[in-house]
Amino acid sequence: MADTKKEGAGTRFWNWLTETQIWKSIFRHDRPNTDRTRVLVMLSNVFLHLHPVRLRKSGVKLRYTWCMGGLSFFLFLVLTLTGLLLMFYYRPTLEYAYTDIVGLREHVPLGIMREMHRWGAHAMVITVWLHMFRVFMTGSYKPPREFNWSIGVIMLVLTLLLSFTGYLLPWDQLAIWAITVGSNMARATPFLGHEGPGSALLRLGDVPLIHAYDDARFALLGGSFVGEGALLRFYVLHCVGLPLGIAVLMAVHFWRVRKDGGISGPL
Amino acid sequence: MSVVKGLINTLADPRLFFMLAVTSLVVLVWKREKIAANSVGYGLLGILAVFFIFGSFDPNFRLIVTKPDNVPIVGLIFLLVFFTWYSVREAVLNDRRILAGKGPVEKEESDRVWVWPDLVYTEMISLIVCSVVLIVWSILLKAPLEQPANRSLTPNPSKAPWYFLGLQEMLVYFDPWLAGVVLPGLIIAGLIAIPYIDKNPKGNGYYTFAERKAEVTIFLFGFVILWASLIVLGTFLRGPNWNFFGPFEYWDIHKLEALTNVNLSEYIWVRGMRTGLPTNWFVREIFGIVLVLIYIFVMPVVLARTWFKRYYAKLDAPRYYVGAFLFLMMMALPIKMLLRWLINLKYIVAIPEFFFNI
Repeated sequence: MADTKKEGAGTRFWNWLTETQIWKSIFRHDRPNTDRTRVLVMLSNVFLHLHPVRLRKSGVKLRYTWCMGGLSFFLFLVLTLTGLLLMFYYRPTLEYAYTDIVGLREHVPLGIMREMHRWGAHAMVITVWLHMFRVFMTGSYKPPREFNWSIGVIMLVLTLLLSFTGYLLPWDQLAIWAITVGSNMARATPFLGHEGPGSALLRLGDVPLIHAYDDARFALLGGSFVGEGALLRFYVLHCVGLPLGIAVLMAVHFWRVRKDGGISGPL
Repeated sequence: MSVVKGLINTLADPRLFFMLAVTSLVVLVWKREKIAANSVGYGLLGILAVFFIFGSFDPNFRLIVTKPDNVPIVGLIFLLVFFTWYSVREAVLNDRRILAGKGPVEKEESDRVWVWPDLVYTEMISLIVCSVVLIVWSILLKAPLEQPANRSLTPNPSKAPWYFLGLQEMLVYFDPWLAGVVLPGLIIAGLIAIPYIDKNPKGNGYYTFAERKAEVTIFLFGFVILWASLIVLGTFLRGPNWNFFGPFEYWDIHKLEALTNVNLSEYIWVRGMRTGLPTNWFVREIFGIVLVLIYIFVMPVVLARTWFKRYYAKLDAPRYYVGAFLFLMMMALPIKMLLRWLINLKYIVAIPEFFFNI
């Protein structure tokens, strides 16, 4: 750095800042402008450490990746953050659920958290689909990445379930009837739904084992219709159960991307 | 103007809509060399945009397209048309290179670049663009909130969330135990099984069509036609009582459609043999049961010796049979659709005694 030009105030400030004890305690290496520091920055930061140090050139091209996997993850983070804020104002009971949403809508000036949460959720469903579309069209599910594709399919299901459980929470007509239509399918589960084929065979003498008050739909809704039980069940699944599940699978998914040889490319 | 709208309303009829979608997939695959041109892709998007702008002057069209929860599906239409075209274009470009002995373009991009700065900056820009889009979208469009939940007031139509509308559309052709439980389960199982069935070592890590024609065509058929286009159909073209309405048609709750669907057993016993339906369900439905058993258990064997001979030779027996079973399950939907449209067939096997209708 034998630069003889006179340094500006900004550069001098920057140079001073990066030499302070606080800065050096956070970033254990110099600015990433040499090969050595570019390695160090990736290895010494827990968030950047998800990445490799170097990757295939096609891996940074939008042409190849469409960026859809990354955007799905980013949208998940946006949804976690906005969802957390919404949880402060929303109570999942028949008494308050709807009015809390009305309150968010009418009493919060310039509030867009619910909008960001809803549109972000719709967008995430779309980005997940497009990510899988890209992965298929580039044949990236082929060995050695078969298992990671399977993990991805489970995460697709969890994404849809997250969106589905969240759909009920505003507790308006749109919500309960969409969930009613959706959950009515569970009634027809073979053997386990009271209107499903084979369920009539499961009986002890004259006592049916599968009926409207203990079948698959009842387990899903915590009741025989979309009511208070369903609201609480969906709320807990939406805010705790499913996010935890998908977070664990995300960890596996990202780790496996690295272990299976990084972003796919021709052999 | 009304002539154009009338024509579009007619073309949007589920039968024609589905046939048009299938035809466009066939054309896409068949004429892919020509379609790969930029002018075609951007032209398609342009035509779509013109259609939506033209449509937005119509009150019925505007009503359904601007429903807040339907807006993402308008976006999905554009994204899906673009990315389907784009992935085929990339595949065609690579196929040309492979034919010329140069290998796919991704091969040339095999050199390693630094994640810092190349990737982290790309990521940051993507995040910023995504955030801006999401914030602007959230400011412009309020999240929907309808009247408070009321269990005694059923809206007509009652629709599932949009991403499940393809499954709800399936309910027209199959009973809930199939459309809502078994077939979705098979979709998930089938997706997971893809990498274990597909033994083709080529096309790993780059866009190509020529090296994996069957895989790509089957996937496009399943995803773009059966999954996505039925979502579009279910969202925009299904109104009260799940009746069909053209995009420029008023959702008349009193629209009547003649339902003259007939079970296979009735076709055979009543119309064919001119007798009454047998009282024993097994005798009554024996023809349908045999047909379904043939479809599931005999068809794969027959196909292995005829049309799918090549695939049977390439795959080993377990892979072939699992793959053929999943493929036949996927094709069950278009087959049932055709049977419904051509001969008004309701159920192939109808045993309401056990809720067992196929």
